[in-house]
Amino acid sequence: MTMIGWLQIILYCVIIVALTKPLGGYMTHVFNGERTFLSPVLRPIEAGIYWISGVDEKREQHWLTYTVAMLLFHVGGFLIIYGVMRLQAVLPFNPAGQSAVAEDLSFNTAISFITNTNWQNYGGESTISYLVQMVGLTHQNFLSAATGIALAVALIRGFSRASMRTVGNFWVDVTRTTLYVLLPICVVYTLFLVWQGIPQTLGPYVEATTLEGAKQTIAVGPVASQVAIKMLGTNGGGFFNANAAHPFENPTALSNFVQMLSIFTLGAALTNVFGRMVGNQRQGWAILSVMGVLFIAGVAVTYWAEANGTSTLHALGLTGGNMEGKEVRFGIVASSLFAVITTAASCGAVNAMHDSFTALGGMIPLINMQLGEIIIGGVGAGLYGMLLFVVLAIFVAGLMVGRTPEYVGKKIEAREVKMAMLAILVLPLMYLGWTAVGVVYPAAVASMANAGPHGFTEVLYAFTSATGNNGSAFAGLTGNTFFYNLALASAMFVGRFFMIIPAMAIAGSLAAKKSVPPSAGTFPTTGGLFVGLVVGVILIIGGLTFFPALALGPIVEHLAMNAGQIF
Amino acid sequence: MLREIRPAIVLLLVLTAITGLAYPLAMTAIAGVVFPEKAQGSLIERDGKVVGSALIGQEFKDDKYFHGRLSATLAPDPNDSIKTVSAPYNAANSGGSNLGPTSKALADRLKEDVDKLKAENPNAAVPVDLVTSSASGLDPDISPEAAQFQVPRIAKARNMPEDAVKQLVASNVQGRLLGLLGEPRVNVLALNLALDRAPAK
Repeated sequence: MTMIGWLQIILYCVIIVALTKPLGGYMTHVFNGERTFLSPVLRPIEAGIYWISGVDEKREQHWLTYTVAMLLFHVGGFLIIYGVMRLQAVLPFNPAGQSAVAEDLSFNTAISFITNTNWQNYGGESTISYLVQMVGLTHQNFLSAATGIALAVALIRGFSRASMRTVGNFWVDVTRTTLYVLLPICVVYTLFLVWQGIPQTLGPYVEATTLEGAKQTIAVGPVASQVAIKMLGTNGGGFFNANAAHPFENPTALSNFVQMLSIFTLGAALTNVFGRMVGNQRQGWAILSVMGVLFIAGVAVTYWAEANGTSTLHALGLTGGNMEGKEVRFGIVASSLFAVITTAASCGAVNAMHDSFTALGGMIPLINMQLGEIIIGGVGAGLYGMLLFVVLAIFVAGLMVGRTPEYVGKKIEAREVKMAMLAILVLPLMYLGWTAVGVVYPAAVASMANAGPHGFTEVLYAFTSATGNNGSAFAGLTGNTFFYNLALASAMFVGRFFMIIPAMAIAGSLAAKKSVPPSAGTFPTTGGLFVGLVVGVILIIGGLTFFPALALGPIVEHLAMNAGQIF
Repeated sequence: MLREIRPAIVLLLVLTAITGLAYPLAMTAIAGVVFPEKAQGSLIERDGKVVGSALIGQEFKDDKYFHGRLSATLAPDPNDSIKTVSAPYNAANSGGSNLGPTSKALADRLKEDVDKLKAENPNAAVPVDLVTSSASGLDPDISPEAAQFQVPRIAKARNMPEDAVKQLVASNVQGRLLGLLGEPRVNVLALNLALDRAPAK
């Protein structure tokens, strides 16, 4: 670890915190339907969209209607992706002549993108056409991100409203998020990325003759426009197979730094939106602090482990850290930081190969995802995931003093706690259950690339990433098989929607409740005690759930490595 | 609930048209005007022929060129399309080795390469980036130490004074942005093009 490495990490955190308040203010205006500086341009487009789609923007929806609208929207999104993948051979924008994608891979990819996972069983440049990249993937990057944000806003309204039956209008929330938040940032961001060197072209792959006379086919495409939204929307699906490690997806140290910022900015700003909408920004800062504590701890461990290297490298006298599967322009610190950010948020883009990380360095990304990606988290999804843990923490605090717990003026009762537990328990059921299948079912076992405990970790990582809708991978695992295409798709589906539906049920039930003014007996939820309590609840619930699985994978691998054992 | 069906279809199609077609196509048009060379992939031409991209690494095996990092990229086996074969720096199929920290295959590969490099230049420590494979398999850069390590071999193969090669390396080092972000590095293709332009002695 070096001083300059830590300075990069600190600079990163400072900029994220600095962006949180102004962006949170702007987004609050957007979600409240107020005028913003972009309204003169965008308002006519917005009104036109409502007119032709038959949306009455004044009519709000019950939480159940809101959820059904969201589900219908995803059915359509699924059909579009599946359709263009199956038909890409006969559709335009296919200069590389890619043939139709197989049924199981198309199914997996369609589920993967509507759930904001972007698991890459497809190899971008070797499998899919420009049309699929744009209409299938880029478009769903926008819409799954907008959906996540819309759902978080609906849950926030549950907390901020009193005695109301409705939580907002899904169509309006999605349209406004797309038009006023995601698109304007992406337009500027895309140009920045092209300036840094990311291609943006519809031309065919380039044929080059290298200095030594060999032929090199260089894949290009409309890359920058997709990378912008893949980062901002915490989607993470790469245009290329190697994702943000590919020099065309992430050419410079600056593009890398800005990409890391764009993974966290919207998610961090949403904590401020929460504070503003419940009438006290300190509530938002308290939640951001919980996230910050867990984040810094993770960065420190991964950075230390990667800088330290492996015993194999030490034995050969190689210093400078674990550079296997990393790029020179990012080095140890920017690769470690990126890995922690991308798994703390549910982004899943990678600028280094996590499979080649040290045992402990790779364990932190795994833990981040197993905690439910609540450290900033996916845009929207992170906030509603974190609020579920807050509900539990408040419940625990209430048990300690024997008083009905309250949070931002709402009584937290049996229904909310049951729903929160349902959402939190469904995740380990998926990733632990499927991992158990994956390590005994022969066709699945054949997919492991590494032997020993590392192979087990590959399987655990895959199902954790899918359930958490992250999309990063220990990529040695051969995922494009019939078993993994279907098993991972089921994990992604359950991980997304069985978290959303309970969260929306909580939103509906909270919105209907009366608001209770704070009294002398109210547990203050803006101070250090609250932050400590939430961190504790997260670590205890997480630790009890997945520590045994970690012991079988990265922990035993670390001990084996120190004992000089290789597999 | 039934009245949600129309927006589910129409709004989806409208937003698909905006975000999936209008946005990427408009950005392609704008980028093509504002940054035409970068939008095409930062291609480098020599004598009217494309020799590569400034951002994409390519394979160098000849003693007279600086070598890049190991590349684990694959290509379909010409004899059996289900299998793959090693194809370093395949810029149409990026990817890393994905070998884990306790992998025997990785340990064996590292040992073999370290021994080879020690034989080539016994006077310097072997730089770690020269024996590890990159994440993308297309890493265009090596560390300044990895470039300096290869100087004796290049000087001998090209019959140039070592100092001249060293200076060429030094003038091709890109530092950290603002002295802070990223890592110091040397673009291998740019360095080798500079070598080819340098007067032989």
